Amino acid sequence: MLKFKQYYRVKSLEEAYELNQKKSNVVLGGMLWLKLQRRTVGGVIDLSDLGLDQITETEDAFTIGAMVSLRDLEQHEGLRAYLGEALHESLCHIVGVQFRNVATVGGSIFGRFGFSDVLTLFLALDAKVKFYRAGEMALSVYTSGATLDRELKNDILEAVILPKKVEAVAYRSVRNSETDFPVLTCCAAKVAGVYRVSVGARPMRAVYTADLNGILNAGITPETAADFGKWVSEQITTGSNVRASADYRKKMIAVLTKRNVLDLAAQEKMPDAAGQYVGERDISQKNEEGGQR
Amino acid sequence: MELTFTLNGTRRSVEISADTLLLDLLRSMKCFSVKRGCETGNCGLCTVFVDDRPVLSCSTLAARVEGRDVVTLEGLREEAEEYGAYIADEGAEQCGFCNPGLMMNAIALYRENPDATDDEIKEYLAGNLCRCSGYEGQLRGIRAYLQYKKGEVRHE
Amino acid sequence: MSKLSQKEYQVVTKPVRKLDAMQLLTGQPVYTDDVTPQDCLVVKLLRSPHAHALITSIDTEKAMAVPGAVAVYTYEDVPQERFTTAGQTYPEPSAYDRLLLDQRVRFVGDPVAIIAAETKEAADLMLARVKVSYEVLPAVLDFHTAKDNELLVHPEDNWRSLCPVGADNHRNLVAHEENSWGDPDAVFAQCAQIVEKTVHCKANNQAMMETFRTYCEIDTYGRLHVISSTQIIFHVRRIVSNALGIPKSKIRVTKPRIGGGFGAKQSVVAEIYPAFVTWMTKRPSKLVYTREECQIAASPRHEMEVRVKVGADAQGHIRAMDMYTLSNSGAYSEHGPTTVGLSGHKSISLYANQLQAYRFNYDVVYTNLQSAGAFRGYGAPQGIFAVESAVNELADKLGISPVAIREINMTREGDVMHSYYGETASSCALDRCLARAKEKIGWDDSCLCTKINDHKVRAKGMSIAMQGSGISGVDVGSATVRLTEDGGYALVIGAADMGTGCDTILAQMVAEMMECDMSNVTVYSADTDFSPYDSGSYASSTTYVTGKAVERACLELQEKICALGADMLELPKEQVVFASDAVRSDDGSRSVSLLDIATKSMCGNTEAMQATVTHSSPTSPPPYMVGMVELDIDIETGEAKVANYVAVADCGTVINENLARIQLEGGIVQGIGMALYENVTYMKDGSISENSLMEYKIPSRMDIGKLDVEFESSFEPSGPFGAKSIGELVIDTPVPAIAHAIYEATGEWLTELPFTPEKILEAIERGGKYKNN
Repeated sequence: MLKFKQYYRVKSLEEAYELNQKKSNVVLGGMLWLKLQRRTVGGVIDLSDLGLDQITETEDAFTIGAMVSLRDLEQHEGLRAYLGEALHESLCHIVGVQFRNVATVGGSIFGRFGFSDVLTLFLALDAKVKFYRAGEMALSVYTSGATLDRELKNDILEAVILPKKVEAVAYRSVRNSETDFPVLTCCAAKVAGVYRVSVGARPMRAVYTADLNGILNAGITPETAADFGKWVSEQITTGSNVRASADYRKKMIAVLTKRNVLDLAAQEKMPDAAGQYVGERDISQKNEEGGQR
Repeated sequence: MELTFTLNGTRRSVEISADTLLLDLLRSMKCFSVKRGCETGNCGLCTVFVDDRPVLSCSTLAARVEGRDVVTLEGLREEAEEYGAYIADEGAEQCGFCNPGLMMNAIALYRENPDATDDEIKEYLAGNLCRCSGYEGQLRGIRAYLQYKKGEVRHE
Repeated sequence: MSKLSQKEYQVVTKPVRKLDAMQLLTGQPVYTDDVTPQDCLVVKLLRSPHAHALITSIDTEKAMAVPGAVAVYTYEDVPQERFTTAGQTYPEPSAYDRLLLDQRVRFVGDPVAIIAAETKEAADLMLARVKVSYEVLPAVLDFHTAKDNELLVHPEDNWRSLCPVGADNHRNLVAHEENSWGDPDAVFAQCAQIVEKTVHCKANNQAMMETFRTYCEIDTYGRLHVISSTQIIFHVRRIVSNALGIPKSKIRVTKPRIGGGFGAKQSVVAEIYPAFVTWMTKRPSKLVYTREECQIAASPRHEMEVRVKVGADAQGHIRAMDMYTLSNSGAYSEHGPTTVGLSGHKSISLYANQLQAYRFNYDVVYTNLQSAGAFRGYGAPQGIFAVESAVNELADKLGISPVAIREINMTREGDVMHSYYGETASSCALDRCLARAKEKIGWDDSCLCTKINDHKVRAKGMSIAMQGSGISGVDVGSATVRLTEDGGYALVIGAADMGTGCDTILAQMVAEMMECDMSNVTVYSADTDFSPYDSGSYASSTTYVTGKAVERACLELQEKICALGADMLELPKEQVVFASDAVRSDDGSRSVSLLDIATKSMCGNTEAMQATVTHSSPTSPPPYMVGMVELDIDIETGEAKVANYVAVADCGTVINENLARIQLEGGIVQGIGMALYENVTYMKDGSISENSLMEYKIPSRMDIGKLDVEFESSFEPSGPFGAKSIGELVIDTPVPAIAHAIYEATGEWLTELPFTPEKILEAIERGGKYKNN
């Protein structure tokens, strides 16, 4: 149980930033993870009044405030249309609606948690993160370092920005039970013409790779998809924990990547009506594998 | 610190500690329907509405509901009775300890999606654990209630 | 005796709503923590971080300096007579091996100190400030090496075993027995086909939604009043008396509504600690277990390894069985000597029809791991997993269908079950259950494994099961039935409704016997000061044992009502009859209403209009069940999901159709959890990895496909209205049925729980059936 004496409901990002320079203070997201920690901190910084709970859509990007709940993310009409089943699939296993109404996008991303479905999704989509001081950076840059440098640690995550460069996306996870932490998460996307695959819950933090060897260049077929899956699996390190072994996870990277990439191909085959989102195509297709969910 | 919020329709001001959780505050204010079943946000027993959305009160800081509208099952007696009768007719309440959280979220489900399919019901209520019923009887009851609300079946 | 034979019942068998249903569904304050004060002393337990250690010193000074500190009790402050916390009839088969607090701590989580404080915050601070020094000792962490290990979990001299169960603390033995019938070795020598199998079941947690909790206060008479979420008020009274060293007459135990038990609350897990605090301080106190405490320091299922050998002739007649069970009781002996018996008695006895010999040996051992307890099924699920897997494999090897091998061998009505204390199957519809289940799932309609798409298959699997109805010759059920002022009836029992609905079921029996409406019956349970003695709600006993007491009490009360009615009518007793709302002369010409009799009973009357009956049964007639599963398996990931579970059960007469159905469904889902998700992993230091509901994954509603359950009733002559039990049986079939389906899909038998996707994928790879995929 997290214990503290001070509750700061800040009125500005500057105020939040200043307070967060103190080592004993901590920024609140949804508090789900924070509250499990057995520690005492000086104070908690609540960003609830800063209007960071909005998702805004412009012509070339979605900006998702750090305080947007996972449930709002899941239900946002624009994102649902844009990302289709992948959005739902990356969120629906996270405990339950009441949990997702509390959990925030910022909390999921800032913590760079190994088990994060949300991080896996946005990493494949080549999203950006926006910090109050450090400004914008690629999510892949934010997640790549082993440890966060002091500046970032004490900065305030404002938003996740999703540029509208996604041409296709598919998401899958393997879990020991439906609402458990994932044994492995995997997202494949075609972003600005490039195939990207992210893998999380390895059980370490999510990483991504692209089709560096051009295995899919000749087109996605069951064979190239399987080859690509194998290749991705070889690139990515996995570990063992109580949920599964490193070896099993390796195999799952290959299987999930293959299936996701085949989904991408199916999405691409759909007639490319002007202005139609990827997601609409995905929804209309509604994969035959209901069993994945 | 002082906290002012609306609880089941009544404006209340209470003195709390900065780190008081909404669940503990509500029980101290005699809302005993709100239960704690775990410490990890997994069971759903502590579900209440904050501004009409079902949330886990075990993971919500009391300080965060300043100025907001909190509703527990104590504030939804009539709805709970009408809805609950359908669960009771299946015997699916069983030990009852998960019931208040389930009823809260089932009411939220009905308000949000009165036409929910079985799969949608299961997904919406996935965060409400029950160790007694095996869920099937609860599903029958919820299904029957939703049908009744659609006017298809009249409950005696 | 008209009610005792099969007939058309008016209230019994009907899907009556549970009497407390609407109170529960509308969230009324009816549980222990709701009905007791919030401002009493807060009790918390400091627990050992070591699996095995001696406490060399405890410094409580800093803890007592915390504002709001009331007391810190250590092993030096508590009585030194050992006792058991197993809720069993005295003399308990479980050894007296516990103290409230001991200088020797025996598992990670064993209590080291009892903390009492004015507030939760103060108690938490105190926990952090008690300084304990330990001499850490090597620990027994592998139950295979526990027996005759030179490391002893209980070396103490005042360890006591009250019953001849083969216990020996100098051999780490909680129990040991060797039992056989016929000449198993000779019969095996004649067998054409023999299958041997060893299965491993984990220490699953009941995970009832309400954790353990107890409130204590001193009552008007200076006695200790314990209000607790328990299945066993009378055993709690005895055990608290033993633990505190105070007379039972000084203790009153009551229970409000219980938020689930499943056997967990058949052990005195929490009660002794606040009882001690309140007795010492004379102040009200409360202990509420955290979920973590429930997971690591409570009363889970016994981890068991069951080795079984099944032999049959070439035609598939099962002639011999040999079983050895190794059971891990953990640091204490609670329920160890008794659970193990069911692993053989409830599995071998399924095949009494053709069996010629069996052997059943077991060892139950102490280890430095969490102590086990009682959990629905009580050893039977472990044994049934072994035997049913072996029988399924035997059928496969003999080239006959799994259904056919049961048709040849399963126990039928009238069979003598030598492995079940020689009891005769006095009521048994197992054959009808099998036929109906087979029909419902379409067992013969398709292959046992069919392809759904390029990476998914659907496989069928099955299991049969039995349990008991109470503990024969031991369990005591009692009921008091009273005519109330307004001509209705009050039922007072000592059994505990833990959500299953026994208050309602027993009230239905009163209504049936007294020929009245359910609304005329009230129920009160349970209070050691008021309730007639009842051993408690466990061992599938309430409907069968206490139910019979209710039935008999109603007959006695009718006699008394008739006697008073006859007086009022000025007729000899022999010339009146009980006629639901009146007593009538047998020619029907005159009558006096029940209301008038009730009124008369309060004026110048010398005979109490109430009857108390205590019942015990010399037999424990088994309920039976067949479970069949359709399991969807992803052959590339190993993920498995129950698409459809068909179950048909024979629990004798179904007293309340709704409540019995929910028992079936709820038990099956617990069994599915046991089969697929619920893991218990001991870390190197003996601690448990799955210490929360975040890690210990009980099924959510998204995990479960369709459940399709039904009843095929036999009529049990010794049970009330022909009823047997239902509560425990229901958890027995999913594990072996799912293991069977996995075999049909993969060609490999899984033997260690739970069957995770990784284990299933390994089986797929070993089996080599899908190499081309």
